[in-house]
This record gives sequence, C-alpha cells and structure tokens, in this order.
Amino acid sequence: MSAPEALPDGLVAVVKKDCPTCVLVDPVLVALERAGVALTVYVQDDPAFSQVHKVVDDTALAWSFQLGVETVPTLIRRVNGEETGRAVGWEKSEWQALSGMPALGNDLPDYRPGCGSRSVEPGIAEQLAVRHGVVKMAARRIEVPPLEDPEELCFDRGWSDGLPVVPPTETRVYRMLQGTSRAPDEVLGLMPPNLVPCTVEKVAINAVMAGCKPEYMPVVLAAVEAALDPAFCLHGLLATTWFSGPMIIVNGPVRQRIGMNWRGNVLGQGNRANATIGRTLQLLVRNVGGGRPQEADMSTFGTPVKFGFCFAEDEATPWTTLSESRGFAREQSCVTLFSADGPMGCVDQKSREPAGLIRSLAGSLRAVAHVDLANASDAVVVIGPEHGRVFDIAGWTKEQTTRALHEALVFEGQDLGMGTDKNAVPVSGGKGRVAKFREGGLVLVRAGGDAGLFSAIIPGWLMKGSLGTDPVSREVRP
Amino acid sequence: MSTLLLDPTGELSPAQRLPLAKPASLAGLTVGLLDISKARGDVFLDRLETLFQSRGVKTLRFKKPTFTKPAPLPLIQEIAGKVDVVVEALAD
Repeated sequence: MSAPEALPDGLVAVVKKDCPTCVLVDPVLVALERAGVALTVYVQDDPAFSQVHKVVDDTALAWSFQLGVETVPTLIRRVNGEETGRAVGWEKSEWQALSGMPALGNDLPDYRPGCGSRSVEPGIAEQLAVRHGVVKMAARRIEVPPLEDPEELCFDRGWSDGLPVVPPTETRVYRMLQGTSRAPDEVLGLMPPNLVPCTVEKVAINAVMAGCKPEYMPVVLAAVEAALDPAFCLHGLLATTWFSGPMIIVNGPVRQRIGMNWRGNVLGQGNRANATIGRTLQLLVRNVGGGRPQEADMSTFGTPVKFGFCFAEDEATPWTTLSESRGFAREQSCVTLFSADGPMGCVDQKSREPAGLIRSLAGSLRAVAHVDLANASDAVVVIGPEHGRVFDIAGWTKEQTTRALHEALVFEGQDLGMGTDKNAVPVSGGKGRVAKFREGGLVLVRAGGDAGLFSAIIPGWLMKGSLGTDPVSREVRP
Repeated sequence: MSTLLLDPTGELSPAQRLPLAKPASLAGLTVGLLDISKARGDVFLDRLETLFQSRGVKTLRFKKPTFTKPAPLPLIQEIAGKVDVVVEALAD
C-alpha cells in the first residue's frame, strides 16, 4: 500500500503541532499560501493547529513516509514530479531561496532546528515500512482471530518446542530482518528432514519466535549455514535415537557485541543470546524442516539441551581459541557446530599439576558412551577457569593438553569388551592398542565461572565422520 | 483488526488446520458418546449405542452439564483418558 495519490508539485511542507519550530513557522506557511504559492501542508498529528487553509491530514504518516521526511518542519520543492530542493528545520535563507520570496519570515530568527518526524519514531518506522512493503516477506500469512490469543495459536499450530514463543508479526519479522544485510529470499540450504528451502526470512520468523534480538541474526544465520553443510549431517542428527542435538560455540568480537555468556552458568539458562540463538536453530528444524519428536526425531530420551544449546568461548586465556584451531583469525567472529549430548561434570579439586588433571579428565572421558567402547563419539571438553589455570601455570598449551589426553586414552583392545570391534582404531606402534577417541575427536575449549575446580565433558553423537557428523565452522557475516 | 502472523513452517501443509485422521476401523477402540444436554440428544445417542454394541464396539456415555458452555476441563480430560473416538450429539 502506498500513499493514495501522487505527490503534488510546488512547495510541500511537513509539520506537526508537537514541534515548537513548526508552530514558529506556521505564519510563514500562511504567508506563502496568501502569496498564491502552490503549497501543500501535511500535518502529522493535529491538522487543526495550522492556520493554513489547505492542510492535509497525515496522521497515518503515509505522505511523510513517501517523502522520506526525518525532521519537521521540512520544506520541499517539487517540479514535474521531481524533487528539486529541500530545507530541513527552519533555516531562513534556505526557505527564502526555495520559495523565491526574499523577505519570507524576516521577523523570525535565522535558524531553529526542527524536531524528529513521527514517521521515524521507533516502533512507527517499522510499521510504516511493513505497510508500504519496503521489505517483501513471502511467508504465508496466518490470521489470528480477534478474540484468540496469538501465543496460544502458536502452541495450537505446533510451532512451539513446548515453551512460549513470541508471535511472529510482520513488524517483528521486519525488525529482525534489519539485523542482517542479506536478502529475505536468500536460500541458505535445504532444511531436513523434509528438505525445505530455508530462506533468511524463515530464519528471521523463527528467530522472532525464539526471542532473538535483530543483532543476533548474523550469528543465527552462520549457525544455520553450518548446520546445513552436509558434513554436519543435521538430517541424521535430528532423527537419531541417540541423545544428541546441535551445539553452537561462538568465537570472536561478536560474543561481546551481542552480550553472550562465557562465564558463570555458561552452559545453563539466563543469557538471552545464548538461549535464543540455540533455540532458533531447533525451532527451524521443527518448523521449516518438520523434524519433530516422536516423528522424524526418534530420540529415545532426547536431552534438555535440545531446547537449544549455544555458548561463547572465553578467549581471555593463554590458549588458542577454538576458532583459531579451526583456521580463523582472532579478529574474525565465527560459529562452530558440534553434535552434543548433555554435559557431564568432572571434578578434580586436588590436582595442582597437569599430569593429575589429565588422569582425572581421561578417566572421566573413558566413560563416554560406554566405558568399554572405543572410537564411539567425539567429545568437547569445556575446561573451567580453575582447571585451566593449572595448565596455564605449567605453561601447557591447548595442543599439548589435547595430545596428553589422547595418549592417556589408549587402551589394550582386548580390555575393551565393546571396543574390539572393527570400528576401533589401532594405535600405531602399539600392538592391539586402540584409541578411545579418533584424531581430532577431542576438542578443548575454555569457559565457565571463576570458582569451581571442574570441567564439563560434552559427548557427541555416536555416528561421526563420514558415517555421521563432523564439526562445521562458519564466519559470522553482517 | 485481527493480527497477522508469518508462517514459520515449510508451508507443506494447508494453512487451515486439518481435522485429525479418522481411524480406519473401530475394532478394539472405545467410542465415547457425549450428550451435550440438548433435548432428545440422548435419544440419538441411545440408538447409536445400540448400533455400536451390536457390532461389538465398546461404548462409554458422557454428559455435559449444559450445552450453553464448553465442556468442563475435568470432563474433557476424563473423556480423553478413557476413549479413542467421540461422537457428540450436537443438535435437537
């Protein structure tokens, strides 16, 4: 919908009563009208305030929007349907030049700044943009009957993961789309299990529902792109009988810009960005892909982290960051996706040397999936600050620590009842020896609250590598 | 003015919500007969009950306190817990 008629030629003024400068210049507009100048005055709030005879009610702000007015008063000259000049606020010389009347407003001060146009007020600007079709949104419109609660409708239609969602109105989705420079109709990939093209617009709709702020969109989009990379195998991951779901780890400056958490309760509730970015991906699986529990999602137990699992890494440590290990620069923001079950705690309040901690962590890691199973899933180990300090004081790098863990997780094949099958990887140089984790299958990151000699082990999906999932990273782009 | 929401789904199903799929057979199922307390609804349901039972289908009877209001939640929950299919006599 656009303004009902074409814009007029001549002088066009946009004013509002709630602006002292507009009130100041009203006699000037009256003088212009009396002088026989072709003048159209649009009033944004109370058309009765102006003494000009011919005022146009623009309380709907359609004209102001079409004219792109950001400040009132604005005086515009239009010739043959084209704008030829514009004065913003009251600048006497400019008004005199535009009107061609050298004595116009001579009794007024030379300059008074204007006020904000109502058409650019927060909340109104988005509504106008939607009404005037600034962004084309292709999604089907679902009407909420007048007496129905929109949130209940979202539940009834099966759009929710079980918790309330924010109803995705046009205005909210428009606002969400402002968080990215990417076009709403850009297809990010095919969302399993139904292999539906997943557009930026569908991501924005589900991001609204999950509770995201628009500034989270670049992170969400990077996460969706990573999830849809065939190497991540989202199709199998969403369908598996195993516990896992997707986990997003965020690195780089964007963590701070959008206020993510990498400190206390990092894997838990309470941070909007952490909670809603992860939730958006799972809502997309549910809504766009059609992957729902007890349908395509055949998980025996699931896990609470399937509501959404996203956190940031603590980069203020001596270790290389996850993103650096994956080939990105520290200045780049990026996401890395893993398959993940719920975290399992590892406590060691006694070790003050890396060797002791390695023994503790390795012992706990051996229990992943099954204590006698080798080469089953990968695992991410979130090293807490107090455990991290033990390695840091001893000067151990992440690479050194990871290597030590791998070496501590090699067993005699015959000792591993379930691990002696063909999947177990023999360790070179050792007869009959197998590794609990494949090379690259142990990923160490740093995060967590200051107090607590703990680390968190996050096992992944049993199906990994070419048979299942591999971690996938994507840069966060505006 | 009613609110418009943007469909978050893959839009593979109709915008109008579809009724639940009907069972192919009533064998082994229990049919609930819900009287909404409108005049002579019971006559209709009595006849249906006879017909169901003559075909070996188990039935259970329920009654709303009044047709002017939605069924009370405990009644809805009781019906949902006891039967697989419901026949509701809507009119007199």
